[in-house]
Amino acid sequence: MLNFIIRRVAVAIPTLIILLVASFWLMQTAPGGPFTSERPLPAQVLANIEAKYGLDQPVYKQLWDYVVGIVTQFDFGPSYKYKDRSVNDIIAQGFPVTLTYGIISFLVAIIIGGALGISAAIRQNSWLDYFAVGVTIGAQVLPNFVMAPILILVFTLWLGWLPGGGWNGGQWQHIIMPVIALSTSYMASIARLTRSSMLEVLRSNFIRTARAKGLPDNVIIWRHALKPSLLPVISYLGPAFVGMVTGSFIIDAIFGTGGIGYFYVNSAFNRDYAVMMGLTILLGSMTILFNMVVDILYAWIDPKIRL
Amino acid sequence: MNISIKAALLGSALALAGPAFADMMHPKTGEKLAEDQTFTYRVLDEHTSVDPQIVEDVSGSEIVRDLFEGLYNQNRAGELVPGVALSHTTNDDKTVYTFKLRDDAKWSDGKPVTAGDFVYAWRRLADPATASEYQWYMEVMGIKNAAEVMSGDMPVEELGVKAIDDHTLEVTLGSSLPYFALTTTHTSTFPTPQWAIEAHGADWIKPENIVVNGAYKLTEHVANERLVRERNPMYWDNDNTIIEKVTSLVINDENVALTRYQAGELDRTEIPAGQYPSLKESNPDEATAFPRLCSYYYTINVSDSTPEFLKDDRVRRALSYAINRDIITEKVLQGGQTAAYTFTPGATAGFEVPSVDYAGWSQDERNAKAVELMTEAGYGKDNPIDLTLLYNTSEAHKKVALAVSQMWKQNLGVNVTLENQEWKTYLTTRGEQNYEIARAGWCGDYNEASTFLDLVQSGSGYNDAKYANDMVDSLLADAKTMDNPQPNYTKVEEIIAADMPIIPIYHYAGSFMIKPELIGSWPVENVEQNWYSKDLYKVAK
Repeated sequence: MLNFIIRRVAVAIPTLIILLVASFWLMQTAPGGPFTSERPLPAQVLANIEAKYGLDQPVYKQLWDYVVGIVTQFDFGPSYKYKDRSVNDIIAQGFPVTLTYGIISFLVAIIIGGALGISAAIRQNSWLDYFAVGVTIGAQVLPNFVMAPILILVFTLWLGWLPGGGWNGGQWQHIIMPVIALSTSYMASIARLTRSSMLEVLRSNFIRTARAKGLPDNVIIWRHALKPSLLPVISYLGPAFVGMVTGSFIIDAIFGTGGIGYFYVNSAFNRDYAVMMGLTILLGSMTILFNMVVDILYAWIDPKIRL
Repeated sequence: MNISIKAALLGSALALAGPAFADMMHPKTGEKLAEDQTFTYRVLDEHTSVDPQIVEDVSGSEIVRDLFEGLYNQNRAGELVPGVALSHTTNDDKTVYTFKLRDDAKWSDGKPVTAGDFVYAWRRLADPATASEYQWYMEVMGIKNAAEVMSGDMPVEELGVKAIDDHTLEVTLGSSLPYFALTTTHTSTFPTPQWAIEAHGADWIKPENIVVNGAYKLTEHVANERLVRERNPMYWDNDNTIIEKVTSLVINDENVALTRYQAGELDRTEIPAGQYPSLKESNPDEATAFPRLCSYYYTINVSDSTPEFLKDDRVRRALSYAINRDIITEKVLQGGQTAAYTFTPGATAGFEVPSVDYAGWSQDERNAKAVELMTEAGYGKDNPIDLTLLYNTSEAHKKVALAVSQMWKQNLGVNVTLENQEWKTYLTTRGEQNYEIARAGWCGDYNEASTFLDLVQSGSGYNDAKYANDMVDSLLADAKTMDNPQPNYTKVEEIIAADMPIIPIYHYAGSFMIKPELIGSWPVENVEQNWYSKDLYKVAK
C-alpha cells in the first residue's frame, strides 16, 4: 500500500510542473497582454509599468522568478488588473467562500444523490424508482446557468424568502441558492451511478447466495451490496469534489458570491498572468491531490487495483 | 432663514439625533426626506482600485469620487463647482493657473488638506515608479515637463506644479490650455495622503488604513462581492451630506441584477439591452435613459495593409451612407441611443453639431447616393466587394453588425463576413491593423470635443484607422490654444464626413432603473455621468 502511495505521489509532482509550464506558455502566447486596452498606453507609460512588474524580462526568467517567489516566500505575485490586491489576497478572500459552498454542495449531492439512487435500486420499477429517475434526469438536463436565475426569480422576487445574491460573511440565507444550483447536477449523476451499480450488484451471484441463505433484506443491502456498489461512485466523487470546491464561474457570476471561480475565468480574459497562474496552481494541485486520494481509497476498497 | 443657518441647524440636529432623518427637509430644496438614506447599487465588475492615481475603470472612479475630493467637482449639469478649490485665476496666455484652496477641508484623520497634498499626488501620478496607467493624463492636462518626468529624464520635482502656501496651488502648463480647469475633475488628479501611503505602502487603501478627504469613508470591502462607504464626519460639507451609507454590489449578470432590483435589494441598476421600452411602459417612474458622452462607430483600416477598395473614399462614404442609423437605434437597440453622423456627440459641452451634408438627407437619398458612389468607384451588385467586419464578442455588437451587414448587402451588394474576437485579441487585431472594418466605441475623458477629435490625429495612439490628414492635424493643434475652437472642430468633422475613415453610427445612452425616491437627485443631465453620493438623497414617498 505504501509503495502504491509513493508511486502516485511521484507521478503527481511532474504533472504539476508540466501544468505550470504549459499554462504559463499558453498564457504568454495569447494575443494582447494585461495592459492592452481600448486606450493603448503611450510607449513610455507601458515601459514603466512593465519594468515595475518585471514583464520586460525574458519569459523563462519571468517563470523562474515566479516559481522562486512561490517556493521561497509563498508569494503568488500581484494582480495586474486589481492593483490593490495580491494573488494571495484574492485567494485568502475568495477561496474560503468557494470552499464553503463547495463542501456543502458536495455533502448535499452525496447524501441526497446516494439516498435517491439506493432507494430507487432496491425498489426497482416502483413509483419511487420512477420518481427518482425522473428527478435525476430533470436535474441533469437543467444547466445551472438556467436554474440559478430561476431560483432567484422564485425565492427572491416572487416569494421574498431569500436574498438574491451576495455572501454577507457566509450567512446561511446566502448559501442556500448557490448550493442548490451547484449540487443539483452532481446529485443527479451520483443518484444514477448509485442506482445502476446497485442494481448490477443486486443481481450478482453472491447476493443470490445471501438471499438463498435466508438473510434479511437490510443485511444484504447494507452489509453485502453497498460496498461493491460504491466503487464506481467513488471514482466519480474525486473529480466531482474538485469540481465543486474549485468554484464555479456561473455560481459566482450569478449569485455575486465573491468566490474564486469568477476570478479564475476573468483572469484569462484580463490576461492577469499572476492571478491566472496562482489559481491554476491552486486548483491544479487540488485536482491532482483529490484524484490521488480517490485512487488510494479505491485501492483500499478493491485490493485488485494495488496490483 | 438662510441656507447656512439651516444647514448648521441640520448639522446639529444630526449630531443629536444621529442618522434619523424622519421629518427632515432637504436643506436646499425643502423636499421631505425619507427615513432610509442608504444607497445600494449594482456594479458589473470588481473595481480595479480605490487609489486615485491608480484607478482606471468607471466603477472604481465612482468610488474614488466619494472617498476623495479634487480641486473641482461637477454639479448635476456637469458644470464645475468648488471642491477643495474655491476659485482659480490664470495669466493672460493661460499657461499658469493659480488655485485658491478652502481652509476648512480636512483629511479623515483630522489633518488639513493642503496644496502640498495635490503636489504630492500629481508628482506621484507622473512618477515612473508609480507606474500608473493614467500617467499620460498629466500630458492631457498639458502640465509643464510632464513628458520628461514620465520618461525619467527629469526628477518629479521639475513637474509644473507647486504649493505657494498651504492654500495656494500654482500649476504651470507647457502651453496654453483654455479648458484646463475642466481636467481637474478627473480622479487621477485627486490629492492623496503622503503619510498614510508611506506608512502602509500598497496596503494604504485597505479600509483599516485608508485616509480620505471626501464625503465618505471606506468601511468594508469584500472583493467581487461588496464595497461599503459611510459618511465622513471630517468632510467640510458633511452637514449637507444626506446619504448615510453607500453600498456597491458586484453582480455580473444584468438580468439577475434587474430581478434583485425588482425585489427591492438595489436602488439602481442598468437596464439590460433591449428591455428599455417594456420597462419604460411598466415602470415609467423608474426607467430612465439619458445621453452619454460616448460614440459607437466603425473604424475603417486605411493603412497600407488595407484592401484597395477601402483606400477609395467613395467606397467608404457609400458604406456609411447605406447604414440606416434610425433602424439601429430605434429597432435594434431601443435604449434611447441617438443616430450619429458626426463623431463628437451633440451632448458635449460647448460643442455645436456641424451640419455635415449627409446628416440632412433622407435615408432614400443616402442610399441612392451610396449606389452612385459605388458605381463610380467601379463596384456594385455585379462586381461586389467582399469585406470582413470585426467586433468584440457581445450580443449587442453582433446585433448591430448583423443589421449593418444586411443593409450593405441589400443596398450595395457587399458581401460581409462577420468575425468576432474575445476583447484583448480584438484590441490587438485592431491595434495592429489586421482588420478591414472594425467596431469601436469611445467615451470622452473630459467634456470637451477634443477628447473625441484627437482620435483622428495622425499621431494619436487611439487612431486605429491609421488615418492621416495634415489639415486635420493642424486644425486640431491650433484648436488647443483657441478660446473658441468650434470653427476648427466643425471643419474637422466636415473633413471626416468627406474622407470617412470612421463611420459614426450612434451616440450612447445610459439607461437605468432608479428608485422613484432617488431619481429626483440623480444627475441625469451630467453627460459624463460623474455622480457624487453626497449630492444624492431619497425623498419621502
